[in-house]
Amino acid sequence: MADKKHKFNLRDHAADFWDASPRWRKVSLSFLFIAICYALPFLNNPLINTPGSDFQSVLFYPVGMYVLMAIGLNIVVGKSGLLDLGYVAFFAIGAYTMAILGTKTSLNFWEILPIGMGFAMLAGVLLGTPTLRLRGDYLAIVTLGFGEIVRIVAVNTDAIGGPRGIAGIPTPPDIFNAKFTILDPKPYYWLLLTFTLLMIWVVRRMAARRPGRAWDAIRQDDDVAQLMGVNTLKYKVWAFVLGAAVAGVGGVIYASQILSIVPDQFNLNVSILILACVVFGGIGNVWGVILGAALLAFTPERIRFLSQPRILVFGVALVVMMNLRPDGVLPKKKREHFDPDWHTIEESGEGEIK
Amino acid sequence: MDFALLRDAFWGLTFDGLALGAIYALISLGYTLVYGVLRLINFAHSEVFMIGTFASLVASGIMGVKVEDDPRTGWKMVLTLLVCLLFSMAASAITAVLVEIVAYRRLRQRGATKLATLISAIGVSISLVELFRIITDSLPREFPRIMDKTFLFSYAGADIRNDKVIVIVAAGVMMFALERFISKSRYGKGIRAVSMDETTATLMGVNINRVITVTFLAGGLMAGAAAFFYILTYENTSFKVGFFLGISAFTAAVLGGIGNLKGALFGGFMLGILETYTSAVFGTAWKAVISFSILVLVLLIKPTGLFGESIQQARV
Repeated sequence: MADKKHKFNLRDHAADFWDASPRWRKVSLSFLFIAICYALPFLNNPLINTPGSDFQSVLFYPVGMYVLMAIGLNIVVGKSGLLDLGYVAFFAIGAYTMAILGTKTSLNFWEILPIGMGFAMLAGVLLGTPTLRLRGDYLAIVTLGFGEIVRIVAVNTDAIGGPRGIAGIPTPPDIFNAKFTILDPKPYYWLLLTFTLLMIWVVRRMAARRPGRAWDAIRQDDDVAQLMGVNTLKYKVWAFVLGAAVAGVGGVIYASQILSIVPDQFNLNVSILILACVVFGGIGNVWGVILGAALLAFTPERIRFLSQPRILVFGVALVVMMNLRPDGVLPKKKREHFDPDWHTIEESGEGEIK
Repeated sequence: MDFALLRDAFWGLTFDGLALGAIYALISLGYTLVYGVLRLINFAHSEVFMIGTFASLVASGIMGVKVEDDPRTGWKMVLTLLVCLLFSMAASAITAVLVEIVAYRRLRQRGATKLATLISAIGVSISLVELFRIITDSLPREFPRIMDKTFLFSYAGADIRNDKVIVIVAAGVMMFALERFISKSRYGKGIRAVSMDETTATLMGVNINRVITVTFLAGGLMAGAAAFFYILTYENTSFKVGFFLGISAFTAAVLGGIGNLKGALFGGFMLGILETYTSAVFGTAWKAVISFSILVLVLLIKPTGLFGESIQQARV
């Protein structure tokens, strides 16, 4: 442990710098960061440009969408240690809510957004309440099954388009001077970014309060948490539902931009990719997760010039990176002031899914 | 809903289900063995199976069988079948061992978290699928008919086809051999010891790296056999084949209680039969929904699967 402390570590230095900063510096740095994020579509740097696909579209999907979903999944997997392999189901529920209500009723995007979120949360409660009693790998297979069931039901139900899906989903009405059209992905990106920043704020607040402490306790040891009086099932369902809400919002925005959806967009690979984003970036640490999602979503687009083997390169890169940095690119900061007797807990992989 | 079909063709469906279940059981043994020793879902196991099907294809090419040829007969047929089987098993076993070295070994020795290892295995799985997608140009491949498929006899209205009999019998022999290996051999004892307590096993002089390699090897051999039986029955394969079979086999392993050999066997056969019945009643489109629903129900009543999770008392 001691030698680890002396090793130069960019993340810890950045964290120390942040903690030591006066308030004005924190505020101005935050504003600078947010401004850069909003200005990203106008950047035309050959280094980050994506030859072969429109950079502004790439920023919306996959990059922005993966970042939002990874933040949502991080609540479930990273904060509370529940392995969810069917996260795409909530995304699909949001997207289908937008598609069905948008084409069949006169509700507009802003009215459907909370409904889609609500349906996704309801699905989270319905799936979570019975299954969150299960542990680790059993939960993984049940959620995986749920993700597949949602897709199969969508494929086999003719009322919602069957395998052909739903086309002609309306775009959101204009707000401020932003016009939502198929041709211009920028407003969608800004909308998504706004939700993402909102989510980061919500998650950070939650993590600092009672739910956050309960999730920490559950992740480290479910039985001990229960013994100490944490209502584990309640907080697990809460984590699940919050994660579902984020994916639901993502789904609604996605459907309103892409204009037509088919069930096969919502396959297991999406769930696995989002999970890879979370683990690749640094599980539990929201900045790591954002970085991981941005990298994993961006890389396949950046190397599109490789055409055929680009996913192969992606897979190999995943293996190499996990072998080099098993805790992710930007892992969670380890607690620094700890009792020496607690070494074993620190080293037995805190945050590990049991 | 077509319950009449289920009633009329009950024994025929049961028999088909057994043949499918034998393939599931062989694959799920690989999941269960690795889980028992490492406590990890081997996400790349479905690709081990996929490579086995392609190895069978290559072996049939080496033996000079062509898709348009008539099926072979006599000793020539037996020889071709055996060569394909052995080739497929060898290819899968080598792949499984390589997967362990590439995706698992370094992470395990560094004491990485389970999730990091999972993602590493997923990376290997993505790479292998993509590799075969590029090699095969995203097209399914047809497997030549090596043996003539005839009905041996009829029982209670069910026609018993010879290739399915071979699959069930041969899968039974494989499973018996694996059970002997786990319960009697030196390495089998090692596998059981490591699955009980890794640290103590190491202290007692068990070479843990070698035991883990043997575990992957055994799982790969079973998956290779399953791959050959699959391609013999269904006569085609594609780069996607591992995905569907893998999910079903993993479901089967969890259904029986993952980490438990008897559970994997029972779960495999049970899932095979269930899927065949539900496809007959509700149509093939819904079979995955039904099998997952049954899995959820079983897990809610028995949270560690039907037989619980332990490889220590491995009895088939």
